[in-house]
Amino acid sequence: MLDLLRGPWPWFISGPLLGLMVPLLLFTGNKQFGVSSSLRHICTAIFPLKADYFKYKWKDYLWSLVLVAGTIVGAFFAVVFLDGDSAPAVSEAAKSMFAQWGLKEIDGILPAEIFSVQNLLSLPTLLMLGVGGFFIGFGTRYGNGCTSGHAIMGLSLLNPGSLAAVISFFAGGIIVSNFIIPLLLRL
Amino acid sequence: MLKHLKFLIIGIFFGIVLIKSEVISWFRIQEMFHFQSYFMYAIIGSAVVVGAISVQIIKRSNLKSFSGEEINLTGKPFNKVGNTLGGLIFGFGWALTGACPGPLYALLGAGYWAILIAIISALLGVIVYGYLRPKLPH
Repeated sequence: MLDLLRGPWPWFISGPLLGLMVPLLLFTGNKQFGVSSSLRHICTAIFPLKADYFKYKWKDYLWSLVLVAGTIVGAFFAVVFLDGDSAPAVSEAAKSMFAQWGLKEIDGILPAEIFSVQNLLSLPTLLMLGVGGFFIGFGTRYGNGCTSGHAIMGLSLLNPGSLAAVISFFAGGIIVSNFIIPLLLRL
Repeated sequence: MLKHLKFLIIGIFFGIVLIKSEVISWFRIQEMFHFQSYFMYAIIGSAVVVGAISVQIIKRSNLKSFSGEEINLTGKPFNKVGNTLGGLIFGFGWALTGACPGPLYALLGAGYWAILIAIISALLGVIVYGYLRPKLPH
């Protein structure tokens, strides 16, 4: 059993399991699934921010912070006990693209050549993590949701605003992955 | 505290699935944005199918939450500019880091310390948004 769990999970197992987040949270807590609002609650909880956006009782949303704390623990567990850090079996087309990008090996969750702590001070890495992270925080709050809240929860509700958001997520991602990442990796 | 224990357990489940589904993989994300595999689309698609079926069952059978409450199935408001422009900006960040908010936490748990830079920058992005919000079109 444990060996089975340690191996790569096929999409038709992991996809439906991700979808189960929707009924799990609705039934147990009457909460709609979403992750990015936790970033706002963290800001409100730890910084003395004067803007109206941060004037609310963050403790009312403690459940969201507990959920993401659990996510950290679960990920740790998956890496330590379920071989979660193994390389994904990406397609041949993707492999040759990564080779073209100058990445020597496809191993782990993130390419060590870019994201290892030793390489943190290189320009591409700082741009990818610093600017990318900023876009994630700013964009998910401006767009009022992320892949969890809009793509999984919002589309499950057949919510038109969520569909618009998801189309935009992919438009933005396709542009950057095709035109910006290859340039950054050449820096 | 006990009230929140269920969310901790659901969060742990979420973290395990995020890692084992490979949706947190930088390689998988770039492959997806280049349409080099159906893998990620099949995961997101089947997740939505399960979510949507759950929502329909709840609606049609008028199911209540375990504590007996009416389940809230109101979608988020459609902010035409906010959803599209904000979504686009988030998409840029998704491709740059290879992570969305759930995976930011999962990568931290997985021991990828570099992701702390992305998390701190994301918090900064939220703060900047909070202050600019009154001036932005939504």
